[in-house]
Amino acid sequence: MNYRSSYFILTCLGFGFAFLYVPILSMVVFSFNASRLVTVWDAVNSPTLKWYYSLLNNEEILDAAWISLKVAVINASGSVILGTLAGFGLARFSQFRGRFTLNAMTTAPLVMPEVITGLSLLLLFVALEQLVGWPAGRGITTMTIGHMTFSMAYVTVIVNSRLATFDTALEEAAMDLGARPLKVFFVITLPIIFPAILSGWLLAFTLSWDDLVISSFTSGPGSSTLPMVVFSKVRLGVSPEINVLATITITVVTVMIVGVSLWMARAAKLDKAAA
Amino acid sequence: MTTSSGAVVKAQPWNDPTARPYVQVEHITKAFGDFKAVDDVSLKIYQGEIFCLLGASGCGKTTLLRMMGGFETPTSGKIFIDGEDMTSVPPYERPVNMMFQSYALFPHMNVEQNVAFGLKQDRVPKPEIQERVATMLDLVKLGDFAKRKPHQLSGGQRQRVALARSLVKRPKLLLLDEPLGALDKKLREHTQFELISLQDKLGVTFVVVTHDQEEAMTLASRIGVMNHGEIVQAGTPSEIYEFPNSKFVADFVGSVNMFEGKLIEDEPEYVRIGSEELGGTIYVSHGISAPPEAIVWAAVRPEKIFMSTEPPEGADNVVRGAVQDIAYLGDLSIYLVKLPTGKVVRVTQPNTSRHAEAITWDQQVYLSWDATSPVVVTR
Amino acid sequence: MTGRGLVVALPFLWLLLFFVVPFVIVLKISFSDIDLAIPPYKPLLEWIGKNSLAIKVNFNNYAFLFTDRLYVNAFLNSIKVAFISTVLCFVIGYPMAYGIARAKPATRNVMLLLVILPFWTSLLLRVYAWIGLLKANGVVNNILIWLGVIHEPLTLLYTPFAMYVGIVYSYLPFFILPMYANLEKMDWQLLEAAEDLGCRPWQAFYKITLPLSRNGILAGSMLVFIPAVGEFVIPALLGGPNALMIGRVLWDEFFSNRAWPVASAVAILLLILLVPFMMWYQSVQARESAGAR
Repeated sequence: MNYRSSYFILTCLGFGFAFLYVPILSMVVFSFNASRLVTVWDAVNSPTLKWYYSLLNNEEILDAAWISLKVAVINASGSVILGTLAGFGLARFSQFRGRFTLNAMTTAPLVMPEVITGLSLLLLFVALEQLVGWPAGRGITTMTIGHMTFSMAYVTVIVNSRLATFDTALEEAAMDLGARPLKVFFVITLPIIFPAILSGWLLAFTLSWDDLVISSFTSGPGSSTLPMVVFSKVRLGVSPEINVLATITITVVTVMIVGVSLWMARAAKLDKAAA
Repeated sequence: MTTSSGAVVKAQPWNDPTARPYVQVEHITKAFGDFKAVDDVSLKIYQGEIFCLLGASGCGKTTLLRMMGGFETPTSGKIFIDGEDMTSVPPYERPVNMMFQSYALFPHMNVEQNVAFGLKQDRVPKPEIQERVATMLDLVKLGDFAKRKPHQLSGGQRQRVALARSLVKRPKLLLLDEPLGALDKKLREHTQFELISLQDKLGVTFVVVTHDQEEAMTLASRIGVMNHGEIVQAGTPSEIYEFPNSKFVADFVGSVNMFEGKLIEDEPEYVRIGSEELGGTIYVSHGISAPPEAIVWAAVRPEKIFMSTEPPEGADNVVRGAVQDIAYLGDLSIYLVKLPTGKVVRVTQPNTSRHAEAITWDQQVYLSWDATSPVVVTR
Repeated sequence: MTGRGLVVALPFLWLLLFFVVPFVIVLKISFSDIDLAIPPYKPLLEWIGKNSLAIKVNFNNYAFLFTDRLYVNAFLNSIKVAFISTVLCFVIGYPMAYGIARAKPATRNVMLLLVILPFWTSLLLRVYAWIGLLKANGVVNNILIWLGVIHEPLTLLYTPFAMYVGIVYSYLPFFILPMYANLEKMDWQLLEAAEDLGCRPWQAFYKITLPLSRNGILAGSMLVFIPAVGEFVIPALLGGPNALMIGRVLWDEFFSNRAWPVASAVAILLLILLVPFMMWYQSVQARESAGAR
């Protein structure tokens, strides 16, 4: 690659990453700003932690966070089960009735605008309530069902693509040595694709935790999630507590991601050393 | 050293009508849609044999092997193993084990756990598992590597783990899919002999799939040459090499010079073939069965052609040509000699003298061969 | 093999019930009348007398959408915005993905991490960040005033400009990741061969890299375009009253006007609009995985 295009690429990378990170960093910086006007730096009183105390005592936000957590965990766990089944089926069974439909149903949610999915789910719940009495009103259950429906599509894609690069000879070898298909799945396949399943769980968790639109459509009174509370606040403009929330979120995510990467790098080094 | 397959070769059960085959494949066909991967194959494989399925990629040998292992179900036909109909028995219920081309070692288990896996499925008691695994690892000389994971091993070591894993269950029949394909030349040769020795010690029947005819010749008690889903010829290595039944087999195993011609004289003790390619006649000292005026091919192996700068005396078949190309391989040299008709003949000569008395490019030479050397094939 | 059937049956039935059936219901309600009741629509089927069933299919909702300029504009505007955003994501994202794909493995992993990190942080919060940056006394204006470039704050927030920034910002990782996945599989020796045969670097890029990365470009573009058409959050937070996007229209129809039938009709039309693109995306993905095999 020649010199000049190298510079061009580097500039693009630099600009691109700056573009991605300047907003994030600005939120972090201003979370320590004493001024309620957030972006006007109050040099006299800043930096301060007062908004941090304020956030951590904010009942509304804490309740919403708790609900978001519950929904996200149940959603992630359920989606992983459904998504692994679907991903396994699509990857391993080359022909079965309804394969085309299943494939379409697991890829459509990935690109579908959330307003459509949200609206349709709400209308379903209303119709079901009229028909059979369940679900009685909307709340955490309906939200979780809604989240699981689109999260499992992501898990399916992850599991399916992981299994595509998986050497089927491993499963055949296990069967050849006497293990029945179900045992092969739990003793051979699952442990090997575990990292993919874990990343599917994390992805489903994040999608649910951050979701606004589908939650808004499928939630009921008293089941507001964190994004819903944040949205109602920021519609009116900036709020320092939201900056704090952003900073906490970013810190947690960064620590987790960096931590996982370091752990994986260390594991790889240990493996090499043992050889 | 007498090998088990050597003992089998001596006994030649395939020529004994009363001998009971260990594996019997009866009219097996495997079709994928309109395409027949395996087309009406029947085989008898006897206990203690190393039977090699030899052919180019796509000839159906791996499909046939997989059907023996239970990984594919035949479209029609039956497979009997040790007298029992195993055609639709799944792999985990067959007394057969397979060694995969990619080795298929479980990456999340170490060597010991890999080898022990099959025994665990059979619910063998722990102490016995430990003992058998240790013995097997010693046998393949991997005793010190028991706790390593597959990605920490070299290709040759992984191959031995795969071998140990498939043999520890003491199967009567072991299927091997291109077992030496991933190894480099020296290692391959070394491992070939190790495999034979192992097979002999344990008394297991091997069915090996390979595309490498040298490998097949080294390992096999018998070879089954496959082409387009069919077994074209089955026999001992020397039978296949010296008595090929078709142009395909003659050409596939080793190199050969094929002279096309017509029968001029056809007697029970000899035939004479007139070949335009050769620019003369070929005298073969055995009879063949072919209709008169049939087109036949005389196949002569390169090592059976004698090359000299002076006309040879009393030779049955002589022809003149000019040396077009020479390849020096150290132990032998390959000469490509162009005949006046344009046909290029391949001749190999061992370099018996360290002082090359140099037959060089463009030199005029005489090629001759014995009347017993050609094999006449009619298809 | 019933074992197999059971494996796929669970996800299949779930998606059938919670993904497909809802669309049928949306379709049904899009044909019904609005009603001041809970739920706010009249039933489609009504028993009249003992043995007659009346089906009332109301096309008014659709007629309304086609004739009222507001909705037509919203649809067209959404497509325009999504398209331009996709192009911008391509312009910024392709060089980035290229740079990451060609970097040394150590740097590459760090850069990928940097691309993925924002993806894991809440979209809502990151869009919110732009409010702080773009408002009248926000960071951008403050810096420009401090630098002396302008004297009065610019109106940046609640404009189409802000919306574009927001959409490109949010969807950039969605373009970069599939683009990178595609470029990573490229055989860079092809470029060396081209240069050896006399091609200049930019020509080699244009004639070889670009065509070969076509599937990646299409996949990334679809992943941006299709959801962007129906995007709600970003127009709601950053766009002004002029930046009317169809996602917002649907939301307002539903929550503010309680006009469920109209909202349903909007959803159906939006779906019809997007299905061809979704199918295109599917076929690109199928081609990519078939090529890989």
